[in-house]
Amino acid sequence: MRFSGLRVLKEGLTGNKGWAPHWRDASPKDAYDVVIIGGGGHGLATAYYLAKNHGITNIAVLEKGYLGGGNIGRNTTIVRANYMLPGNAEFYSHSLKLWEGLEEELNYNVMMSQRGQIVLFHSDGQRDALARKGNAMRNQGDDAEMLDREGVRKHLPYLDFDNARFPVYGGILQRRAGTARHDAVAWGFARGASDRGVDLVQNCEVTGIDIENGVATGVQTTRGAIRAKKVAMIVAGRSSQVAAMAGMRLPIESHVLQAFVSEGLKPVINHVVSFGMEHFYISQSDKGGLVFGGHLDMYASYAARGNLPGVEHVMEAGMALMPMIGKAKMLRSWGGIMDMSPDGSPIIDKTPTQGLYLNCGWNYGGFKAVPASGWATAHLVATDTPHDTAARFRLDRFRTGQGLMDEEATGAQHNLH
Amino acid sequence: MRITCPNCGDRDRREFYYTGAATFLDRPAPDAGGAAWDDYLHNRDNPAGVTRDLWYHETGCAAWLVVTRNTLTHEVLKTELAADVKGQRNAG
Repeated sequence: MRFSGLRVLKEGLTGNKGWAPHWRDASPKDAYDVVIIGGGGHGLATAYYLAKNHGITNIAVLEKGYLGGGNIGRNTTIVRANYMLPGNAEFYSHSLKLWEGLEEELNYNVMMSQRGQIVLFHSDGQRDALARKGNAMRNQGDDAEMLDREGVRKHLPYLDFDNARFPVYGGILQRRAGTARHDAVAWGFARGASDRGVDLVQNCEVTGIDIENGVATGVQTTRGAIRAKKVAMIVAGRSSQVAAMAGMRLPIESHVLQAFVSEGLKPVINHVVSFGMEHFYISQSDKGGLVFGGHLDMYASYAARGNLPGVEHVMEAGMALMPMIGKAKMLRSWGGIMDMSPDGSPIIDKTPTQGLYLNCGWNYGGFKAVPASGWATAHLVATDTPHDTAARFRLDRFRTGQGLMDEEATGAQHNLH
Repeated sequence: MRITCPNCGDRDRREFYYTGAATFLDRPAPDAGGAAWDDYLHNRDNPAGVTRDLWYHETGCAAWLVVTRNTLTHEVLKTELAADVKGQRNAG
């Protein structure tokens, strides 16, 4: 089933009765070439690019819940390529390019909206730091523009420019950044993979990973044993539990990150705006809700909900930056489980077990990475060599100390990112 | 979330600073080798369920605590002074 303007018109005039399910809800077979554990954005994108780029279609994606029910369905939908360090810079640059062509690629409306992101600065020191970052972004081939205070005012007249503690000095604008419809990304990759023959298996929890003589041979699941030539673990916040089935102990701590949405309002915030002095960022959804978030609650958690101090902190930061949102009513809040790595950067790598691959450590930034992560993971699984854009996402970088990607320069240590 | 400090009693989470898994108390010997130090510094059990982690009572008595709690429910099950935990271990 493909979408087109003509088809939408025809279905609209005939009661929308002609639409079929977007993907097959498959039952697992006994054996596959590749088993992907995790039916979230990264797992589905990996399956899609394995089929599309490498011609491997005998694949099962095993999801313990429903497709796209994890972090791909509970993030703040921001897409950007504003990383500074080698490793991250080329990867997120690649990802943004894939985002720009994703709707045509998938024939799916992921509502990619390049509305621009503005990261604000509030001191001379921050201006220098962001200028350096902006230059790194431009060296990578992505766009970044330095805005002075009046430049920011043209875009964001509603900010509290003369806030006593955090006056706005300026900002870095990336026009190609923006937002996308998170669920649609999962659905689009799911349909594309399913159409190419990939089995998407829901309600199928992996309970064991079979390893014989150091080689992965399959998985045990709640729907029976499945043999596989290759197994990829792509489960974000649950990475430690799945890797433990293969005898691995990962450099990951799972934390809760909260996000919030207000009641629907008329269009008022046209960009993605990030506060420079505190953790607060905001955009407005096409339905009109203000979608915003802040920092981690800063303790290990799998509860998928946060605590009130975290809520309070985000609200205070928001009010300091843009007091106009104070009268909007908050509609709901939720928490996601973040797989935090020591240096705040991801891992896409082989494991000590042959035929077993690991994709994790997306911290609080996994959504924008989805296309490039799938692309690079598919390349790794298909060829046993890392893709150029993800060659630095090595599991052993913490042990060796080489190639750490600590964007915030806080140290490659847990609980600092 | 509230944490019961052995010194100060039942206190708001805001008073505490989280510093990660309590395995941080199990510091390897200086000559234990790269693998042991890598494991100590970076790798974590990261359990979904009962865990033990270190909290610093920053705006209270400034004691380091070992808190036993459930990461799925945020329920706090037990709090001990890290000094006691470490002391018992050294005595044992």
